[in-house]
Amino acid sequence: MTTAREREAIQHDFQTKMNEDELLNCMRCGFCLPACPTYIESGMQEKYSPRGRIALMKAVKDGLIEPDEEVERSLDLCLGCRACEPVCPSGVKYGELLEDARDIINQNKKHSLPVRMLRKGVLDGLFPHQNRMINVSSLLGMYQRSGLSKVARKIGFMELFPESMATMEKVLPSVPKRKEMKHRLRHFEPDIVKKATVAFFTGCLMDTMFLETNQSTITLLQKVGCEVVVPEGQLCCGALHGHSGEKEKAKQMAKQNIEAFEQVQADYIITNAGGCGAFLIGYDHLLKDEPEWADRAKSFVSKLKDISAILVDLDFHHQHLRLPDQIVTYQDSCHLRNVMRTFDEPRTLLKAIGGVTFKEMEGADRCCGSAGIYNIVEPDMSMQILDHKMEHVKETKAATIVTANPGCLLQMKLGIEREGLTGRIRAVHIVDLLLEALN
Amino acid sequence: MIDSKIREQLVAIVGNENYDDTISGRLVYSYDATPNHQELPDAVISPKDKQDVCQILKVCNLEKIPIVARGSGSNLCGGTCPVEGGIVLLFKHMNQLLEIDKENLTVTVQPGLITQDMIKQVEAAGLFYPPDPSSMKISTIGGNISENSGGLRGLKYGVTRDYVLALEVVLPNGEMIHTGGKLAKDVAGYDLTRLFVGSEGTLGVITEATLKLIPKPESKKTMLALYQDIEAAARSVSQIIAKRIIPTTLEFLDKHTIRAVEDFAQIGLPTDVEAILLIEQDGPPEIVARDIQHIADICRSEQAVDVTVAKSDEEAEKLTTARRTALSALARLKPTTILEDATVPRSEIATMVKAINDIAIKHNVKISTFGHAGDGNLHPTCLTDVRDKDEMERVEAAFADIFAKAIDLGGTLTGEHGVGVMKSPYLEWKLGEAGIAVMKGIKEAIDPNNIMNPGKMFAKELKKRVVIGE
Repeated sequence: MTTAREREAIQHDFQTKMNEDELLNCMRCGFCLPACPTYIESGMQEKYSPRGRIALMKAVKDGLIEPDEEVERSLDLCLGCRACEPVCPSGVKYGELLEDARDIINQNKKHSLPVRMLRKGVLDGLFPHQNRMINVSSLLGMYQRSGLSKVARKIGFMELFPESMATMEKVLPSVPKRKEMKHRLRHFEPDIVKKATVAFFTGCLMDTMFLETNQSTITLLQKVGCEVVVPEGQLCCGALHGHSGEKEKAKQMAKQNIEAFEQVQADYIITNAGGCGAFLIGYDHLLKDEPEWADRAKSFVSKLKDISAILVDLDFHHQHLRLPDQIVTYQDSCHLRNVMRTFDEPRTLLKAIGGVTFKEMEGADRCCGSAGIYNIVEPDMSMQILDHKMEHVKETKAATIVTANPGCLLQMKLGIEREGLTGRIRAVHIVDLLLEALN
Repeated sequence: MIDSKIREQLVAIVGNENYDDTISGRLVYSYDATPNHQELPDAVISPKDKQDVCQILKVCNLEKIPIVARGSGSNLCGGTCPVEGGIVLLFKHMNQLLEIDKENLTVTVQPGLITQDMIKQVEAAGLFYPPDPSSMKISTIGGNISENSGGLRGLKYGVTRDYVLALEVVLPNGEMIHTGGKLAKDVAGYDLTRLFVGSEGTLGVITEATLKLIPKPESKKTMLALYQDIEAAARSVSQIIAKRIIPTTLEFLDKHTIRAVEDFAQIGLPTDVEAILLIEQDGPPEIVARDIQHIADICRSEQAVDVTVAKSDEEAEKLTTARRTALSALARLKPTTILEDATVPRSEIATMVKAINDIAIKHNVKISTFGHAGDGNLHPTCLTDVRDKDEMERVEAAFADIFAKAIDLGGTLTGEHGVGVMKSPYLEWKLGEAGIAVMKGIKEAIDPNNIMNPGKMFAKELKKRVVIGE
């Protein structure tokens, strides 16, 4: 619940802090509506559309309405997939408006004690500290390896959790050993004549739970002639914080990352997670009001590239790639597509693999419902979206679903498990598949 | 406010889940794509079927509650802004394609169906529905009919009106009537179908429509002609028509529009020219080839600096799709974009383009122009800021001059966007007092309680016509 006083404070901050020009930039043509997953899935309710949400933000700012539960609900249900941005002819920066609005609401709202503890524990205590990420992940690894996970499943412990989380627990990848996560190498020479020096942004989840994918990424970069440096001192990109209304925390993390990458004279900064990439590429906007950081952020942003983009640039798709005959389909990472605007490259790479029949699924450019922690906080809408997604997957008859972001990967694994297709369809990160094709 | 007893009756008709009177639920239906108009409805109702519509209208007629039927709210005349409150009616449950009749070449649809979704299904059956308003990817058929929408293919194929064969309409008293039929000929009585087309929701609620389809053209070609002189482009348009060639599409974009569109679409439009014409012809391949050649020759003889034909269907599609975003793309330049669609006989297009430029200079406002030049339908668009009161007054004065000029040239206030609230103060300029009186008579006969989209079409205060030059 939001108290009357909190509402007043939120309204005040909307009036003083929301970007009026950007709100006015929306001319309400409605071209965004068909692109919005929550508009479609809610049975075409305008309040769950980008145009509706912007109208609500503007109305709160104009004092036409109060920021009541319904307004919050409208914003909470937004996936933040930003599919509305590339289709907006006026170029409204919806993602920025959403983040600002969420930040204002969150900063003025006193959460209940359990929520506060959880937010503090996770957002302050865990993600900004890579060593703690490793510790928590290794606990999960112990849980998996010790046989505890089997026991937990057997005695039905997981049934105490929402269905989506219980299924999620089953599909989590096997976490590497703590030793592997802690002692990672930081410098890799190219396999062929050097073409570029790249700094690799490892990501917090990618460097723990998905460490193997990070190793594959580095291997591929070496194969195409990159000297790879993994800068020390880097940490979580801050997306989780930015998206959940913790802008200040996100700024601190952005600064630390910029500093870490300034230590390396790299031509490019490479990411292999669309979600991180999209947040990193917004660092210049995030830090725009801090003069001493603005230029440094711009320089950081200008070097950023997704792994698939650099692989295509360096002709990886002309190497000999081969997999057993199969149909492969690709699920776009929303942020890679809508924010990084990288969507042709992964497809180019997949089509280059011998034995692969690439089949585009309907709505591949539409969110899978993972959306950061959305599938945990909004399980109903998330699972509805996922179920529709899986129908399109099945239509392609694909044996392999390829993704480019850890969240999407887990969500697709979850979808496979829910449909009872485990063993028949697999979900992989694109770099793992490319490495497999190369070997 | 809707009285609690009436609320109960309405909820009983549609169910709780289809009745929304929360403040945020109402706010998101308080606007459409028209700038500067916003008013809260008292409730938002989604009828499940036509019987619900009949019952809702009966209640509203008895209680004199305004009713505003709304598709996707993409109109540009304030047509679905509930200026007098009341109920906004949504058609999200009534959005089905009911039948494609391949023997009579018709399609029967519910009003909430998205135009483009219908077009796709119709084309999959090898048939063709030509009206293609720029908003078609989100606009609904019900909205298209109520506004009599045009589009890029209007020059050759006409507008929505030319494709509506039959309508099912619920009148304000709750009675349902059926007009027309799957008929090529029908003179049984007044042409009520045409009366309801373009009536902007002021007479009744359309609950079903049967539309005419034609065979899908065998082929099409798309070309761009580039100009360094805006009036040369306009002259080319008149010349093409005068030489008895009717292209499917003959679109005009000035340099600001080109730049804004290119900024968004990034398809390689030339940004260093003053104007372009986007031209499309369809039909049997040999005729298309011949026409395109003729048109290219005409454009060159009118000082086009370059003429290029799209190499593939995808390239052509990109061009027309980009053109459809023109208005919204212009919106990226300034906080407020106000556009009009004054229309003149196509022989006067060059005169009108020049007049618009002169009027912009006279009132010191920034006007970009694009539009369906081939059918004389231009979209002069003013880039402004609602917060700048002084400029807004000049914008209004400029548009008044544009309306007056269009009418002087034998044209009209609005070619395809409708009157709504935006142009109602000027309607008398076009129709005269007697014309307005006839329309009012019709309105009062069908909707004596004035519950159907009140505040539209007939303005409370009329603008005085000032003769230009005085």
